[in-house]
Amino acid sequence: MAVTDRVQPPPDTHQRPPRDRNVKRLALSQKVSKWDVKLSPYLYISPFFLLFAITGLFPLLYTAWVSLHTWNLIGGQGEFTGLENYEFVLAQPFFWNAVGNTFSIFLLSSIPQVVLAIAIAAVLDANLRARTFWRMGVLVPFVVAPVAVGLIFNNLFADQAGLFNELLTGIGLDPVRWHSESLASHAAIATMVNFRWTGYNALIFLAAMQAVPRDVYEAATIDGAGRLRQFFSVTVPMLRPTIIFVVITATIGGLQIFDEARVFDQAGLGGADRQWQTLTMYIWELGWGQRNFGRASAVAWLLFLIIVLIAMANFLITRRIASQGGRR
Amino acid sequence: MSSIPMIEQTAGKGAARAAQRGLGARRRGAPGGTMRRPGFLTYGFLGAVILGSVFPLWWSFLVGSHDSSVISKGVPLLPGGNFLANAATVLDSIPFWKALGNSFIVSTVTAASVVLFSTLAGFAFAKLRFRGSKVLLVFVVATMAVPTQLGVVPLFIVMAKLGWTGSLWAVIVPGVVTAFGVFWMTQYLRDALPDELIEAVRIDGASMIQAFWYVGLPAARPAAAMLALFTFVATWTNFFWPFIVLDPSNPTLPVALQLLQAAHFVDYSIVLAGAVLSTIPLLLLFAVAGRQLVSGIMQGAVKG
Repeated sequence: MAVTDRVQPPPDTHQRPPRDRNVKRLALSQKVSKWDVKLSPYLYISPFFLLFAITGLFPLLYTAWVSLHTWNLIGGQGEFTGLENYEFVLAQPFFWNAVGNTFSIFLLSSIPQVVLAIAIAAVLDANLRARTFWRMGVLVPFVVAPVAVGLIFNNLFADQAGLFNELLTGIGLDPVRWHSESLASHAAIATMVNFRWTGYNALIFLAAMQAVPRDVYEAATIDGAGRLRQFFSVTVPMLRPTIIFVVITATIGGLQIFDEARVFDQAGLGGADRQWQTLTMYIWELGWGQRNFGRASAVAWLLFLIIVLIAMANFLITRRIASQGGRR
Repeated sequence: MSSIPMIEQTAGKGAARAAQRGLGARRRGAPGGTMRRPGFLTYGFLGAVILGSVFPLWWSFLVGSHDSSVISKGVPLLPGGNFLANAATVLDSIPFWKALGNSFIVSTVTAASVVLFSTLAGFAFAKLRFRGSKVLLVFVVATMAVPTQLGVVPLFIVMAKLGWTGSLWAVIVPGVVTAFGVFWMTQYLRDALPDELIEAVRIDGASMIQAFWYVGLPAARPAAAMLALFTFVATWTNFFWPFIVLDPSNPTLPVALQLLQAAHFVDYSIVLAGAVLSTIPLLLLFAVAGRQLVSGIMQGAVKG
């Protein structure tokens, strides 16, 4: 890129002044330039840090503060109540129900997703014709908003005359009550998450596969390993760090799931018996349904701790696996 | 989900080189050795995957193009002629055009500002020496794992105090710069922008901001385009925060879709016609820039 020729040095406007002024001016411009070098970097990174402080860090910390008070949407801050909100929330069956639902949907949407994404990546890694076409094809769901995905699958999973139930009865099975049975609703919501993210993760795995040095495969071939054996003994171990990474991002995103579950029925509370109410939906219900910000914040803070704990656990596992994976 | 902080340390330099080649990468010896063409099974499996990716969209168009009385008897396999009528119902029941405009404004402004601020910060982290830069960059990476969505209660309180609830500002401002963007740009500029170039323009008398403007930005262009694309898609599809902070009269598209569902819950042909309408803009974007999106994901995976 020829960028150098577009640089215009600052125009030199001043007429030749007497000599001593010239020296002063030079000193001044050097001072300015010195400060320019010193301060510019901080100036350039400040937008991120300021914004993160105001809209990320402060709200998270303030959530803890709000959770220690009675606080409602209309009246604002009430009195300090200590851990009362936590005691209340932890005694709620709906809270534990939401914890169970969140983990159930998360597991159903991350494990099959990773397995399928690796399988798709392995196939995309073959010597295909029209490579770009296939890669773009698996990414189409990524540009469909989760809410739209939710509405579409809501119809496919309809209890009465939905396509999936029609297919089930067509092959002689009983229709599934997707909107009333707990596990069935989790499977349906997890399917929506998988629909949107599997192709995306497949591309991440594909990039990692292409980075595996070729001679490793050659060595395996010489040792007489077949294609399947190579896949399980060479490709998958080499993908470990990528797998862990995908699992961690899926954890951070998956434990906060809201959109698809919110539109799985009209009321948005997770079904008649809260069969699929997730923790984020529960936060919404407490905060904006019941207008109790104190309790909503208590749940948000608890969810935050859960996510941090699981991410830390993942990270520690990663380091162990990565260090073992290094020695082949 | 976005960022990729740990692969690079483990996958290393060779990986980065492979990623550089991106989409057009030659095969690097897949299992099974050299250049054998895959067989029927491979294409069959891929065909099934693509079918699974595209079918729900096709289905929503099918349902959305029939009258609801037809739908209740089972969905025909060919589109009907009712799509425009259903679309008209959609336009009557939700402020669709307003939502489309809002989504467009929010996504465009967010993408532009994320690119500008991330490139500025990335330029500083990648190319300028300053005290604490390493620690601060680690901090940026760490914040990518922070579930900021959980600070939603105080964020709402702040927006209410500012009187911004219901306005697009409340949706735009929290997203004007992202940790992922800063990290992405830092990684890219580290390799893409030679130090000598900056030194040269500095010697020619350019100030720091001029060096950024005339050397940093042009060098960052390819990565900036991808970052803009990603930010645009992510912002367009975002639901939780806009749903909380915007009024039904002034929604973004996903929020409007939820309103449509509330108004016509059992009338699938209307609801799915709306789902199709709301997806068309991003499908057009995908048709134009899908290739860049693919290579962006693949580069990010190894670089990150």
